[in-house]
Amino acid sequence: MAAQNTNLVLYEEDVVRIEEEIARLRQQTNSNLIFLVDRDGQLIASCGDKEDLDTTSLASLTAGNIAATGGMAKLIGEKEFSILFHEGERDNIHISIIAKRVILVIIFDQRSSLGIVRLRVKKSSETLARIFEEVQQKKEKEGQDADGLGSPLEEITDEDIDRLFG
Amino acid sequence: MSFINYSSREINCKIVYYGPGLGGKTTNIQYIYDKTNPEAKGKMISLATETERTLFFDFLPLALGTIRGFKTRFHLYTVPGQVFYDASRKLILKGVDGVVFVADSQLERMDANMESVENLKENLMEQGYDLAKIPYVVQFNKRDLDNVATVEELQKALNPMQVPWFEAVAPGGSGVFETLKAVAKQVLMQLKNGGGN
Repeated sequence: MAAQNTNLVLYEEDVVRIEEEIARLRQQTNSNLIFLVDRDGQLIASCGDKEDLDTTSLASLTAGNIAATGGMAKLIGEKEFSILFHEGERDNIHISIIAKRVILVIIFDQRSSLGIVRLRVKKSSETLARIFEEVQQKKEKEGQDADGLGSPLEEITDEDIDRLFG
Repeated sequence: MSFINYSSREINCKIVYYGPGLGGKTTNIQYIYDKTNPEAKGKMISLATETERTLFFDFLPLALGTIRGFKTRFHLYTVPGQVFYDASRKLILKGVDGVVFVADSQLERMDANMESVENLKENLMEQGYDLAKIPYVVQFNKRDLDNVATVEELQKALNPMQVPWFEAVAPGGSGVFETLKAVAKQVLMQLKNGGGN
């Protein structure tokens, strides 16, 4: 089935590499906030000034945005629109798809420019794509091993779940 | 599609409330939002028309607590129920971990319910999911109204697979958390068994 085995699992070392890369990108582009979102709306990592921002909501809406424009692309015979740009009075948002699966979002103002963002994103996308490729490979390899690293939920009980709902 | 982050020790899952227009999907989520402690919930987002019909989706992030050291977060989504918003519904089902079908118990909405269940099956199938295999619960909403079908009739028409079902009156909250708990439990159990979608 097409949708099987697509759960995203990130380990400490993966997250560190991802965060390092987006921190570098943030510095290079002089942007305010960068975050990575899974296409299904889950926030993977973020870097920057996010104190006043609801990054969870931003992540969900970004995924919705990409999904909607993907639907529009199909209607006109395109595979997808891989870059979206929203221009505001003060802040702008640059959105791009990496390795067909992850969405890179950069929020920047007049201290940066669209040109520099596009340029740096291109380079950084390759690095991030490589990291996610390795994450995927690791997951597939794990799937082939008898038990892999296992799910953190392997030993949960009905009582554990009941407790969640207090 | 769940997302397990070992670095921040978080498990994220996506639950979609599906069903015919004006059946009470948004009301379910709104009630959960209203009754949840501020520290356990994020902002509720409603992309709705001026007449408060859901246009794209409602979204509510919910932190349920910790299981075995992992923070468990559920992202609740609703779809727009109106028939002509099918493209949006398909998009929202992407990466779903569990589905709640909110049925409108009123007799005159029976056809709309059945059409929506069929639509759910088809849209899931397009994404490579089988409704019979994913975490799934059914809620018979609006039980307080006069002109409602019996539970037996609803079961026969809408729940042939006999998945867990609940009677509800969403504005007052009756059945709302029971429904959420049942689907959350199935999602976590599926993750436990190393499954997932």
